[in-house]
Formats: sequence, structure tokens, C-alpha cells
Amino acid sequence: MNAAVASAPASQAHGRVQRAWQVLETIPDPEIPVVSIRELGILREVNEVGGELEIVITPTYSGCPAMSQIEDDVRAALTASGIAAHVVTRLSPAWTTDWITPQAKDKLRAFGIAPPHSASEGSVVRFAPRAAKAATIACPHCGSSNTTETSHFGSTACKALYKCLDCLEPFDYFKPY
Amino acid sequence: MGAAIDSAAIAVPVDYVLHLADNALVLGQRNAEWCGHGPVIEEDIALTNISLDLIGQARLLYQHAAALQGDGATEDSLAYFRDVGQFRNYTMLELPHHGPLAGTAAADRDYATTIARNFLYSVLALLQWEALAQSKDPQLAAIAAKSLKETRYHVRHARDWLVRLGDGTDESHARMQAAVDHLMPYTQEFWTKSPAESAAVANRTGADTATLRAAWDTEVDAAFAEATLKRPAAAGYVPRGKEGLHSEHLGYVLSEMQGLARQHPGATW
Repeated sequence: MNAAVASAPASQAHGRVQRAWQVLETIPDPEIPVVSIRELGILREVNEVGGELEIVITPTYSGCPAMSQIEDDVRAALTASGIAAHVVTRLSPAWTTDWITPQAKDKLRAFGIAPPHSASEGSVVRFAPRAAKAATIACPHCGSSNTTETSHFGSTACKALYKCLDCLEPFDYFKPY
Repeated sequence: MGAAIDSAAIAVPVDYVLHLADNALVLGQRNAEWCGHGPVIEEDIALTNISLDLIGQARLLYQHAAALQGDGATEDSLAYFRDVGQFRNYTMLELPHHGPLAGTAAADRDYATTIARNFLYSVLALLQWEALAQSKDPQLAAIAAKSLKETRYHVRHARDWLVRLGDGTDESHARMQAAVDHLMPYTQEFWTKSPAESAAVANRTGADTATLRAAWDTEVDAAFAEATLKRPAAAGYVPRGKEGLHSEHLGYVLSEMQGLARQHPGATW
């Protein structure tokens, strides 16, 4: 693009992008409605490309059944607001739980889901010998660190099943990815 | 795409993408047979989750293969309308969940066989995705970087159970040993090269499994030692499923998986 292009269309484009963000950023995740798709890092970019808006989303797990629902929700929200845009799914860079905002992690905890540890701090290892010390996951109900993993795989692809040994409540842990 | 194509990008051979996709789909379909039949509910859920990941990876790979192939191909036409001889998965992945001498009833399903297969294959898959994240084909590299994150959890699951059952009771140890004795010869197929693999390695879009073998051996030996299992020799017939020469079992997998799509071609819901 030429920087010398008249500023009025440029600011109009900026306004369209801003409006699209406002419409899209409140869309809740279909599985975990207390957090939005923007807070989870699924909604990546809103771009103005050749006079048209482009919405970039990225899948979480490859087989996550919520992804098509999210894409439908994005299209429906755009249509309802009269915004013309096309939706692009981008795989690279691969989504990571490190993109989940700190505020969203607090909301997950309040919802009863232990938020993920950092995926880049070695909590996800290449091969996992039994001797490897598991990270401590605090119970989202009572805050106790005295918890144990029931299963690596929980109610959805992104969660593991844990149990608190103090308050005895089971809970989901959002796995680092 | 158009303007976004990187000038250094090289297209991966379609047959190689189908090899990767068929591996994921066929193992995903086999593991999904445990849905509703798991030995405990946590394992039922675990294998269903793992299947979901594998089928998700297969979809991304089929979509890429369809785009490369053109000519009206879609992820559905590749998954549902190819026959046994056109599938490119490793023979090991299509075998039923029981040892060599069991019958065919669902009641004969052996969890040790399921775990042994998932372990032997997932360790290779993890190493392969690591290498493919550097592929000269950017879309394959992107799919590999995603799949790698999921495959780490698959290895961890299978490895934990391999150790728990191998180093468990006399009964669980004997069954785990029988399962690895049964499956190990099939791993020979990991190390031969099909024409599609040779072409993909030559243009630097594919991973050369020969370079991954030492790391695979190290991990398998370490896990077997922890599980108190003896590593059997991998000898005898070398399967060639990835060249389309399959066991009698793949036809049954496909007839179940493809039946609906073939009875109602083009159906949507």
C-alpha cells in the first residue's frame, strides 16, 4: 500500500476494523461460555485486504468440534451487524494456551476449571518418563495444591480430569498446549 | 492464497500426504471402536479424545492433499471413496484390537494390544511431526507443528499404560508382553521407504524415518525397561501397507467407516 493514499478512506477502513473487533470480541467460546474467543486467542486478526475485511481465526485442537461452531458464530455476528467480511482459518503459528489472557485465566478458575500452566516452561515434555515430577495444579474450588490427576483426558480435548484431595471435589484442568 | 505463496515453498507429493493422513484416520477409526466399550470410563474418554485428535489431523492432511491434487478432490472423496489398495497407512494401524490368535468378536478386544500399538506408533509420529515442522511445504509444516502438540499427550498416555500393565500383575505383564511380541514385527515397515517417501525426502518436504530410528529405539528401550518388558526381535515379513498392500483387516475397517457416505453419496446434514 502507498502511504500517500488519501487519509479519509484509510480512517474509514480503520473504523470498519475497529467495529468488527467490537462485534467479534464478545463472542463466547461455545464450550466454555465464560470466556470469549478473543480472550482464548482463537480470534487472531481483523485485516483490511483490498477494500474487504478479513477475519483470521485459528483452531485449538485439530479435531475440536467447537471450531465449526465458532466459525458459524463469527459469520452470524458479522451478518447481524451488517459487516461484510470473509473468515480465514490460519494454522501457523499454532495456537497455544499461552495466548489465553490473564483475565480469562481468572474467569476459568472462577468457573471451576484450573487454568493452564505455561506451555513454554517445560510442563509439556517430549517423552514423559514416570519419574518426571508433575506440575502442581491448584484446586479451583478451595485453592489447595493437594490434588491428583485422575486422567490425562477429560470432558473435552483441551482438558484433563483432576481431583482435589482436600475438598474432594473433581475438577477440569485446561492442559498446556 | 495467491500473493501469499512463499517463493521458497515446495509442494509435497500428494501420495506422501495421503500416507500421513491415512495413518491418522485408520488409527483414529480403530481407537474409536473403544467408544462406549472402554475398560473404565476414563479410558473410554481418553481413547475417544485421542481419536478425535487423530481424525482432526487426518482432516487437515486430506484438505491439503485435495488442494494439491485438484480435479474436484475433497477431504471426503479421499476418506470415503478410495478402496483398500489406494490407502497408504502402515499395516500395523489397521489390525484389530486383539492378538494373533484371538477370534473376531468384540469381547476378544485386548487393551494391551491397543496400548502397545498406540505407543509404538505415537513415538514415531512424535519424531515425524518434529521433523515435518521443518518441511519445505509450509502447509505441511503448519499441520505438523499443531499435530506435534497433540501427539505428545498420546505418547504420554500410551507410555503410562505400557509401564503400568507391563510392571503390573503377572496377568497384565503376560498380556502386555504378548501384545508387543505380536506387534513389533510390523514396525519394520517404519524403516523402509515407499516411492512416495523417497520423493518427499528428496525434495525436502518429507521426513526421513531412517534418521529418526535411533531416537525411536532409545525411547522404546527406555519404556520397555521401565515396564519390565523384553524387547522382541522385529523379524520376518516386512509389511507394505503404505504401498497399498494391506492385510485382510483394512477392508472391514473401510466398509464400516465408508458405508454411510457410499450409500448416500453427497449427503449433508
